[in-house]
Amino acid sequence: MRNDDHQPPPNARRKALKCMAWAGGGLVWSLVGGVPRSLLLGDAQAATAAGTFHFAQISDNHFGFNKDANPDVVSSAKECVTRINGLPSSPAFVLHTGDITHLSKPAEFDLAQQVLGGLRAPVFYTPGEHDVLDETPGANYRKAFPQKTMGDGWYSFDAGGAHFIALINVLDFATSGLGALGAAQLEWLVSDVKGLSSSTPIVIFTHIPMWSVYPQWGWGTGDAPQAFATLKRFGSITVLNGHIHQVIQKVEGHVSFHTAMSTAYPQPKPGEGPAPSPLKLPADKLRTALGVRAIDIVAGKGQLVVVNDPLELS
Amino acid sequence: MTRLALILGVALTGALLTPLALAEDGGATVTIHNYAYEPPVITIPKGGKVTWINKDDTPHTVVATDKQFRSPAIDTGDSFSRTYNEVGTFGYVCGLHPQMKGSVVVTPEVTAAPSY
Repeated sequence: MRNDDHQPPPNARRKALKCMAWAGGGLVWSLVGGVPRSLLLGDAQAATAAGTFHFAQISDNHFGFNKDANPDVVSSAKECVTRINGLPSSPAFVLHTGDITHLSKPAEFDLAQQVLGGLRAPVFYTPGEHDVLDETPGANYRKAFPQKTMGDGWYSFDAGGAHFIALINVLDFATSGLGALGAAQLEWLVSDVKGLSSSTPIVIFTHIPMWSVYPQWGWGTGDAPQAFATLKRFGSITVLNGHIHQVIQKVEGHVSFHTAMSTAYPQPKPGEGPAPSPLKLPADKLRTALGVRAIDIVAGKGQLVVVNDPLELS
Repeated sequence: MTRLALILGVALTGALLTPLALAEDGGATVTIHNYAYEPPVITIPKGGKVTWINKDDTPHTVVATDKQFRSPAIDTGDSFSRTYNEVGTFGYVCGLHPQMKGSVVVTPEVTAAPSY
């Protein structure tokens, strides 16, 4: 049963907790009369309700990583691929939010092609800073995963009644100290959304968070406010990203931000410890920190259901 | 006894050659450890070479602040070298962890001391 009027039934909390046990933490973002609200996902069936459009997100595979935090990133990535293929509602596509590889090496991209090639749904990619370390930044990435893009690799498409925008914010990461979109991409964004109705749900996917999670570690995008100024007339904006290897979610006005788990290894909480080093968890805990994400767009309601799906519940 | 002498000889030769080799090309070494460049500021003469050695468990890079060059990923145990032919102060950061910063100060070439 779907909680259409957003009034929690008496046993909503119990149901919500049950659902969280199933999903690892899901939230429904909705717009009611222009006011954004969030509810704990009260009914596991919501994700499979009729009239919804389903897609998935995978992030931060770091093919090539082999240190203690996860000596076998290939197996965990394969497991995540299996997890997406086995979702109760087949996703229309998968969004990849970057750091496919660890060092941008051709052999790492080859491995990525083999493993991610196992996804049944088509995949839309945006690179992470680990994917653009080669001599011509991103050349190996573009060769391995050719896509029809604009400028330095940004693009958009329409699906499920929403407008999807792939942004690149890793090309000037070093010298700006934060994720950066750059003037050309920001200019393109203005023209890209020009003809859209303000009620069109916008889904941005990119690598580095579009809000200041922890700028001291480069966990933010310096010129993101300019992008959101362009998008301010839209009633529903969902930002999906990777980079920080953990789930952090936040709502600011009409924008909801969701950083994703890695399939490779976790990282410390923002500012916890001296540096964002790979976090070595006890062997039996690693799978609770790795996973993928399923997202549903509820037709005609401007609602996105975002469900994080770890490989194992904690 | 002969064996010990041989070992000592090899060890001594190694100890003597290493600093000499570095001194000859005006080279200097920056160690990357615990997400930091050590030393963060290094001074070399014009034409000198800087070698960065990564002793962290994580890859790092060296990207010039003025965008004149960028190293490939320097993985654990790997190194990267760059020769500086212009005098000045040149900042750099890590392309993966831009909170890591360092700089290279290049001084005018040392000329031979005048002889009387």
